[in-house]
Amino acid sequence: MSFFTEENRALAGEIIGRYPKRRSAMIPLLHVAQGQAGWVTPEAMTEIAELVDTTPAEVLGTCSFYEMFKREPVGKYLVNICVTMSCALAGAVELMEHAEERLGVRAGGTTPDGMFTLASAECQAACTEAPCLQVNYRYRYRVDTEGFDQLIDDLASGSLAGEIPQHGITARVRQHIPADRAVGAVPPAEVNEAPVWLAAPAPNGAGPA
Amino acid sequence: MSDATAAQAAPSTVEVTIDGVAVDAQPGELVIAAAERAGVHIPRFCYHERMSSVGMCRMCLVEIDTGRGPQLQASCMVPVSPQMVVDTASERTRRAQEGVLEMLLINHPLDCPVCDKGGECPLQDQTMAYGPGESRFVEEKRHFPKPIPISELVHLDRERCILCDRCTRFADEIAGDPLIDFTERGNDTQVLTFPGEPFSSYFSGNTVQICPVGALTAAPYRFKARPWDLAQTESTCTTCAVGCRIAVQSSRNELVRCLGVDIDPVNHGWLCDKGRFAYGSAGSPDRVTSPLQARSGGRVADIAAVEPMRNFEPSDWARALDAVAAAIKTARPGAIAVLGGARGTNEDAYAWSKLARTVLGTNHVDAQLGDGLAADITVGLGTATIDDACTADTTLLVCGDLREELPVLQLRLRGAARSGSTRLVEISPTETGLTRDAARSERCRGGEAAAVLRDLLDSDDPLSEELAAGSVVVVLGRSSVAESADAAAEVASVLADRVPHAKFLVAARRGNIRGALDMGLAPGLLPGRCLSADPTPALAAAWGELPPEPGHDAAGILAAAAAGDIDVLFLLGADPLTDFPDSVLARLGVAGARTVVAVDTFLNQSTIEADIFLPAAAFGEKSGTTTNFEGRVSELSELVTAPGSSRPDWMIAAGLAMLCDADLGFVSVSEITAEIAAVCETHAAAMGSPVDGDGVLVSGAAFEPALPPAHVAPPRDAYGLRLVCNRKLYDGGVTVAQTPALASLRAETALRVHPIDLERVGVASGTEVEVHSERGALRLLIVADSGVGRHNAVLAFPSPELDVGALIDATATVTDVRIETRGTQEPAS
Repeated sequence: MSFFTEENRALAGEIIGRYPKRRSAMIPLLHVAQGQAGWVTPEAMTEIAELVDTTPAEVLGTCSFYEMFKREPVGKYLVNICVTMSCALAGAVELMEHAEERLGVRAGGTTPDGMFTLASAECQAACTEAPCLQVNYRYRYRVDTEGFDQLIDDLASGSLAGEIPQHGITARVRQHIPADRAVGAVPPAEVNEAPVWLAAPAPNGAGPA
Repeated sequence: MSDATAAQAAPSTVEVTIDGVAVDAQPGELVIAAAERAGVHIPRFCYHERMSSVGMCRMCLVEIDTGRGPQLQASCMVPVSPQMVVDTASERTRRAQEGVLEMLLINHPLDCPVCDKGGECPLQDQTMAYGPGESRFVEEKRHFPKPIPISELVHLDRERCILCDRCTRFADEIAGDPLIDFTERGNDTQVLTFPGEPFSSYFSGNTVQICPVGALTAAPYRFKARPWDLAQTESTCTTCAVGCRIAVQSSRNELVRCLGVDIDPVNHGWLCDKGRFAYGSAGSPDRVTSPLQARSGGRVADIAAVEPMRNFEPSDWARALDAVAAAIKTARPGAIAVLGGARGTNEDAYAWSKLARTVLGTNHVDAQLGDGLAADITVGLGTATIDDACTADTTLLVCGDLREELPVLQLRLRGAARSGSTRLVEISPTETGLTRDAARSERCRGGEAAAVLRDLLDSDDPLSEELAAGSVVVVLGRSSVAESADAAAEVASVLADRVPHAKFLVAARRGNIRGALDMGLAPGLLPGRCLSADPTPALAAAWGELPPEPGHDAAGILAAAAAGDIDVLFLLGADPLTDFPDSVLARLGVAGARTVVAVDTFLNQSTIEADIFLPAAAFGEKSGTTTNFEGRVSELSELVTAPGSSRPDWMIAAGLAMLCDADLGFVSVSEITAEIAAVCETHAAAMGSPVDGDGVLVSGAAFEPALPPAHVAPPRDAYGLRLVCNRKLYDGGVTVAQTPALASLRAETALRVHPIDLERVGVASGTEVEVHSERGALRLLIVADSGVGRHNAVLAFPSPELDVGALIDATATVTDVRIETRGTQEPAS
């Protein structure tokens, strides 16, 4: 029936509770939706609209504004090869040709097994490391054709699973804010003291994946 | 400095210079608005004075100097400041305007010759006035499939769209139905709905009107006419009682379009889709355009449903009116009754009121069909205006769902609540269109709003303090036709007692109902808001002797007719079988009257039973005045000729009087208007001289309405649910059914109950169940709706496919129903 898993539904409730207005939770919930399905399905948008008390049209409007929210199925691994100037000079065009041959799809396509989506990307701000690419937005620097093949083999065999989660999961440690660091939903006008996290102890060990 | 002295010190005007002329602007006023008031038009696409500014289109760039030298700035985004110098005609401004237009036209197709907007298109006009003349762009334009329907009523051509954000802003800010939004980004940006979720807003037609290009077009008007061929007149919408100002347009003597006209006191330029598109019913092929008389062999019941016309034979005015006159002459004294009259003009109502009292000798007249408040309360209690309700400290809503009943009033109140100029408090059996914007929304059992209000005022709830402390306007109406009118009147009693400074706005619903009551089409009332028992001297002099016995209201008339005591029953644009809450009584009444005379435009459930059918002129086909629910009189204009031999109601009344050897004393609308002004003190100002677009508010009444004493709450059926029959905009009435654009929009009728109550009933949402009241039973779908208050069962009335009225007893205070689940069918999973 509902799109979100029970766990993500609870998470959605927690996220919504952080904002004075439910609508503010729209983008975080789109991330949760994409983390769950790998892309943002129409059902997810409808359900988010219901959760944040707006219309699916507004969720679509927001979702479609952001290029990183995918509204079509993408592979488990989204491989973005930079083809802008520095990378192009350093062999990105050849790398892309090789990638297309190796994966058997054109840029923009997804392999039939649903493992890889190949895409050409604009500058990823790593020009010193050209040619570079991203797998699910995790950088790989100075990639040559052999390196690319090795990367694909590793991804296919699962040996990089610990390092690169499937598409849609932007970070592994996120969303859950411990109670002693949570501000909660306070209308801005009613804020009259420093936020609780100013005084809270530094987080121990929690860092981005 | 305290706030009070700060307000004193603040200048009341800001002096700015626009094109070399000193202009006194209002503090906070936008440059574009200040220039407009000073007579300088700055071109614009996205700016709209009734919506927030967004600065999307850049067309209003002008040079503004605030002391740092002239800068090009969007005049819709810059408020005036002292010593500001604005140049709207400088060389730089001109070059900027050329540049903006050249850019807006990069992707705009040059399909003006086949575009509905051509000839009245701001983009076309401003390109001619401010454009560069030619474009440097030679590249292929962006293409989209065109057009795509985004609802049953609105088509979207994305190639023509210039992304001004007017429609999307309207949908979000004004209508509160953000079902369209910008999607995609950059060069791909386009307005779209969510797939499978159409732009089904009651206000969608407004987006077509405010679209500055031909991107949004209305399905009923597409390719119907060219703007320069249209005849136009300004009039007042009579679809509901809000009385929105409207521009009516025709081509070749056929109504083809209605546009909202912006007036401050009422509609701010907006219309609901029913008001905008209901003109379509005037040209329906089912319209009856010549008199009919019942076939002499009697009715063929089984044929009536399929081919109603076969019950009649064609007649003409002479024969039909003779037949009516013969029926009148042979009627027993006091056995003539007139139902209806809310569809016509004030002049129509006055003529029929005078005919009934002075020629037919009856007080049995009622323009309401048992679905409003008592006539004296509607006429005598309401003193507040829409503006009052929008600026009161607290506006208390104890009425039906305004979104369904008086849509543009809901827009005004929603806007007021969102801007913070009033605080809405609602007491209703279900959520309504204003619940989201209400500061407080209380659920009650149907018919028990007064009890909830009394409990709140008696407790230490802050509401009583809030009501005592500030100005209060009460929007009072009947939230359900399954409860008696006393329920709402009791609310008025409670408030008159506890909050004596509260002003009332009576949310009467049907077209010109207020005008009809003001003209005396109610038992106990006479024209000029006076009681039959106490006519004003001017009226008594003009009308002479009046029938002595008090009249019946609609329920009384139908009951008398059912008992065989009514010889002639006039249905003056009334369809009691559809609209009277108790359909059993309505059926018996219409069947029991010896002669039924229908004055109407269509054969409906009631008029199909008529012995004589007299075709009436409709909206756009007659002139006169109308009165909205505030009591505001405004003008109606005739634009097209009534089809066939249809006549306005007043002319039929005058003709009948002559056949009864009497003379009503007028032969034209203007003579009636003058007579009303002469005999009704209240209306002397409003009808004595032509009124402008804003209309004239008629205030005051010659009597104080009698409010019923608080009564003991009706007993509750512990196992039952309270039936709440609320209105829908697209209802089972004939206007919607006969308007091609709207007929398909009517929703399926289902019984809505709170999920907890549904659980108690023990069936799943979507199951077909049997609903029993003391009066009758119906089989229908039951669905869960958490917006419905506990212990209520909500059903739309009138329904296109179900005889909901069969459940309702007109004499009961409330209607309780029980749900039978025997032999139910679970929904297919």
